[in-house]
Amino acid sequence: MLHSSARRVLAMTMSAELHVTRERADAIAAPPASARLRRYARPALGLLLPLGLALFWELWVWLGYSNGRLVPPPTKIFATVMELAKSGELTRHITATVSRVAAGFGLGVVAGTVLGAISGYWGLARQLLDPTVQALRAIPSIAWVPLFILWLGIFETSKIALIAVGVFFPVYLGVMGAILAVDRKIVEVGRIFRLSGPAMIRRILLPAVLPAYVVALRVGLGLGWMFVVAAEFMGASEGLGYLLIDGQQLGKPAQIVAAIVIFAILGKTTDWLIEVATAPLLRWQDAFGRQSGAA
Amino acid sequence: MLALDRVGKTYPNGVHALERFSARIKPGEIVAIIGGSGCGKSTLLRAIAGLDRASTGTVTLDDAAITAPHAKIGIIFQEPRLLPWLSVADNIGFGLSDLPADIRREKVDRALTRVGLADKAKAWPRELSGGQAQRVAIARALVPQPEVLLLDEPFSALDAFTRRDLQDHLLDLWKDTRPTLILVTHDVDEAVVLADRVLVMRPRPGRLFEVINVNLARPRDRASPLFENFKRHVLTALDRSLDRNIPDADPKSMAGEAMWW
Ligand SMILES: Nc1ncnc2c1ncn2[C@@H]1O[C@H](COP(=O)(O)OP(=O)(O)OP(=O)(O)O)[C@@H](O)[C@H]1O
Ligand SMILES: [Mg+2]
Repeated sequence: MLHSSARRVLAMTMSAELHVTRERADAIAAPPASARLRRYARPALGLLLPLGLALFWELWVWLGYSNGRLVPPPTKIFATVMELAKSGELTRHITATVSRVAAGFGLGVVAGTVLGAISGYWGLARQLLDPTVQALRAIPSIAWVPLFILWLGIFETSKIALIAVGVFFPVYLGVMGAILAVDRKIVEVGRIFRLSGPAMIRRILLPAVLPAYVVALRVGLGLGWMFVVAAEFMGASEGLGYLLIDGQQLGKPAQIVAAIVIFAILGKTTDWLIEVATAPLLRWQDAFGRQSGAA
Repeated sequence: MLALDRVGKTYPNGVHALERFSARIKPGEIVAIIGGSGCGKSTLLRAIAGLDRASTGTVTLDDAAITAPHAKIGIIFQEPRLLPWLSVADNIGFGLSDLPADIRREKVDRALTRVGLADKAKAWPRELSGGQAQRVAIARALVPQPEVLLLDEPFSALDAFTRRDLQDHLLDLWKDTRPTLILVTHDVDEAVVLADRVLVMRPRPGRLFEVINVNLARPRDRASPLFENFKRHVLTALDRSLDRNIPDADPKSMAGEAMWW
């Protein structure tokens, strides 16, 4: 009697222990699973709404509730893209637009960085230069278009100039502001270790300015993509902006939406490229944005 | 020998922060500077560091006038001021960039072990606690082996326990190369535990008010009655520097120098 009850207690204890072990194993296995969820499921969550809407519209047109002429269903847009791709047209247009953005962005970044650095570093230069730049900034950049066309002609140069102007201002402001915002206390550390001027720039100012610079580059790139559309509206024979105008004039909404989608993909991709390229340099930063998914 | 000769500072806005401050500080001596808020302690330290120039008077180290930061003078601020984009190890090696990489690494490794942060070599500054960060700042200032190390309220942002820990640690590190230490503090306990001499300043304009020699053998026992006496002495001097008169609690301790032995 006693013997059997003792056995039962023992068995209970053992099963309880087993239970505990299994629970602990679950607890250990849990973090990677939830981390995986965080890594893949969260972006997927963001895709839910647009995919859902696309699917809804596809079905809606397919079921005949709408003829889908003004708002073409996804399959039609995809077919348009494939058609353009097959004829080689798509590559030609994308290449034209991307090279314009690249040239304008490059020029704008170089000019904005150099002038922003000069204004940020030398007080005298800032007093000379900054009021003028700020006044120019107040002009809506599209207002330059007629002048640029008169000066630089209707072809590539005026388009690239317009994009460069759009990119210049955020980069200039970002660089100047970042230099002005460098913590005097950190600069003092450089002075205590008697860094020379160039060493101070390389070892203190550049790394301190980098995070704001990356943000400025991303803002500048965004504006570059915005301005390339404006530039291609002012008379172009190729480019995604041309596809937009062409689609409007010939009444091809699928072509317009296709161009818009390609713009979105290119914009997001290039922005992501900047982010990825600079991420190793910014690892030291607090990762708040990344954790909360703001990036 | 660090010599301060009638050092004065008037800021551009007309504030007389410091007036005719003179002192001679021997190599290896530990001096604490204590005084009410705004009496020019930081101003004095920055003049010694060569960060700001004195308006009058001179600071000389071994007969060389100090007018700009000097290789043999280091400083530790109230905040660690680590460079956030450098790892802990690179922060410590920041002042050693003239040395070959292998020697630098060796020195940094030794310093890391010495301040008890060997496992944090690759960490970012943001991953450190306040006390750990200040240890890194101490290591960074000490690896170039300065002859004079200035400390401006280095532990005042830390909790009492960490502060004591770091005070002991600082003394321990000081024994390696015995630099001159000049320590600004608001903490009477800290001044008496660390210093050979306590300089009491008075405000408006900042001046040297009284010098108290702390003739206590090291290591010092914070709980001993002698220690208490020195503390009371410093406190009394502080109170008088602010023109407040309190009755002397223990007249015997007012002798300031060695007492009943
Ligand atoms: N850069 C500056 N420009 C003008 N006045 C200053 C400057 N720095 C300090 N002062 C003034 O000089 C006086 C002494 O300042 P200081 O920072 O040396 O005091 P302190 O003894 O270090 O004070 P605390 O104990 O609060 O740190 C104060 O009256 C202060 O307002
Ligand atoms: Mg101060």
